[in-house]
Amino acid sequence: MSPLRRIVVVGASLAGLRAAEALRRSGYAGELVLVGDEPHLPYDRPPLTKQFLNDGWRPEQTALPVAPGLDATWRLGVPVTRLDVSAHAVHLADGARLHYDGAVLATGARARPWPGPTTPTGVHTIRGLDDAIQVAKALPHAGRLLIVGAGFLGGEVAAAARALGVPATLVESQDWPLLAPAGPHVGRFVAALHRAHGVDLRLGVRVRDFTGNARGELTGAELTDGTNVEADLAVLALGAKPNIEWLAGSGLITDGGLVCDEYCRPLWDDGRPAPDVVAAGDLARWPHPLAGNELISLGHWSNAVEQATAAAQTLLQPDTTPGYRPVPSFWSDLYGVRMRSVGLPHLADVSAVIEHDDSKHRLVVTYHRNGQLIGALTANRTSRLAPFRAEFQRHLSGTHPSALPA
Amino acid sequence: MTMTVDLDLCQNHGQCVYAAPEVFAFDEDEILTYQPEPPESQHDKVRAAVAACPVRAIRLVGES
Ligand SMILES: Cc1cc2nc3c(=O)[nH]c(=O)nc-3n(C[C@H](O)[C@H](O)[C@H](O)COP(=O)(O)OP(=O)(O)OC[C@H]3O[C@@H](n4cnc5c(N)ncnc54)[C@H](O)[C@@H]3O)c2cc1C
Ligand code: SF4
Repeated sequence: MSPLRRIVVVGASLAGLRAAEALRRSGYAGELVLVGDEPHLPYDRPPLTKQFLNDGWRPEQTALPVAPGLDATWRLGVPVTRLDVSAHAVHLADGARLHYDGAVLATGARARPWPGPTTPTGVHTIRGLDDAIQVAKALPHAGRLLIVGAGFLGGEVAAAARALGVPATLVESQDWPLLAPAGPHVGRFVAALHRAHGVDLRLGVRVRDFTGNARGELTGAELTDGTNVEADLAVLALGAKPNIEWLAGSGLITDGGLVCDEYCRPLWDDGRPAPDVVAAGDLARWPHPLAGNELISLGHWSNAVEQATAAAQTLLQPDTTPGYRPVPSFWSDLYGVRMRSVGLPHLADVSAVIEHDDSKHRLVVTYHRNGQLIGALTANRTSRLAPFRAEFQRHLSGTHPSALPA
Repeated sequence: MTMTVDLDLCQNHGQCVYAAPEVFAFDEDEILTYQPEPPESQHDKVRAAVAACPVRAIRLVGES
C-alpha cells in the first residue's frame, strides 16, 4: 500500500472533491484534508447560470453529494496562501501550516473582473454560489439586464432573463456570439436564437463604461459605438482567470494556468516535474495530443472530473499511470436548445456545417485544423456526437505517452 | 444489475453513451434509450456512466 500518510487537497470544489473520492476508491486510507476558501461544501457551478436563475433552485440543490465514506477533514472558508514544495507544506491564511505527503492543487478559476477602477452597485460576475444568489434575487425585478460578453455563460444568463420576461441587452465585442470557442456557424445560429427570444444583441461593440446615479447604483452603460444602454442590473461574462497567484514563489511554472506534464504533475521552472504534487481542473494547463501537444486548459466540467481521477492515480501509483489524454467534452443549454461538443473546436482553423434545421433548432458542425478533424459541436443532436467522440478516442489511444520521466 | 434513468432529469449530455455505448444510445428523436438490465460484461462501464452523468440521472437499483 502507499506510504502516504496525509494528502492535502487545495480547492474544495468539483476537481478537489473528485480527486478525494478517487483517492479513497483507489484504497488510500491515510488522512485526507480538503482546504477551500469558500465557506460552502462543494457545489456544482453549471446550474448557477441555468436552473438557479430561472427554475427557482435553492442553494442546497446545487450541492455535490459527498459520500459518507470519504472520511475527510474540511477546512472551509480559509484560503491557502503559499505552497512550499521542498518542505512539503501549505500555509493557510489563518496562520496554520499543514505538512503533506501528497498534495492535489485544484484552485480552479475566477471570473475575469471589469478592467476599470470601479463599477456601480448592480454589476455582478457569476462564478460562485454567492454571486448567483445575488443575481437570482435581483433578476426578476430588474427593469433591464445588461450582459457583457456573449460566450456560453453570458448567453445562458441572457436566456434566463428572457425566460423570466426580463428585457435583456447582450453586448459582444466580436462579430458573433461564441466566435472564439465555436466559430461563425454556431455564432450565427446562436445570434438568431437570442434575437428570436427578444434579446437586444449588440455585436462588434464594447462597453466603454458603466453609468451610475448619485447613490452609486447602476443606470446603464456607454458603448463604443456611441450608443447608451439603460440597465439597472448587469452581469459581466468576460471569461475566467486561473487562481494561480497563491503559487507565486513556489518555483512552479504559472503561465496562463499551472503548467503540468501529461501526468498532471506541475513543472518546476527548469521543466522537471515537482515531487508529490498533482493538479487538476480549471487551474491546469497541460500538453494534449489532439492539440499537437500544445498546452491547453479546459474550463469544462467533465475535464475537472476526469483530470481529478487521473491526478489521484499519479499520486498513488506514479509508475503505472497511463497519462491523461481525454476526449474533451462540453455542454451548454440555451433556450432549451442543447449544445454539446467534443474535441477542441476552439483550436480549429475551419468549420463546416453538416446539418442545419432551423425549425427543430438542430445543428451539426465539424471543426478542422491543418486539414484534420479536431472537434464537433451539435445543437439538439447529441446522437450525432458519439461517432466523432469514438474517432477521437481511437486517435488518442494510438498516441502512446513516453515512459514516465522521473 | 438493474438500472433506471430518470428521463425528466436527463439532459442528453450523452456522457453515458460515451462511457457505455453498448448500453445507452439516442434514438432518432434524440430520446435516450438504454438496456435496464445490462449483461455482466457491461457492469463496469455502466458504473462509469453513473459517475460521468452530470445530472446524476442514472440509478442502479439495489446498490447505493
Ligand atoms: C456559472 C458557471 C456555469 C458553468 N457551466 C458549465 C457548463 O454548462 N458545462 C461545462 O462543461 N462547464 C461549465 N462550467 C465550468 C465548470 O463549472 C468548471 O469547469 C468546474 O467548476 C471546474 O472545477 P474546479 O474544481 O477545477 O474549479 P472551481 O470550480 O473553480 O473550484 C476551485 C475552488 O478552489 C477555491 N480556491 C481558489 N483559490 C484558493 C486558495 N488559494 N485556497 C483555497 N481555495 C481556493 C475556489 O474558491 C473554488 O472553490 C460552468 C462554470 C460556471 C462558473
Ligand atoms: S449522461 Fe445523464 S444526462 Fe447525459 S444522456 Fe446519459 S443519463 Fe442523460
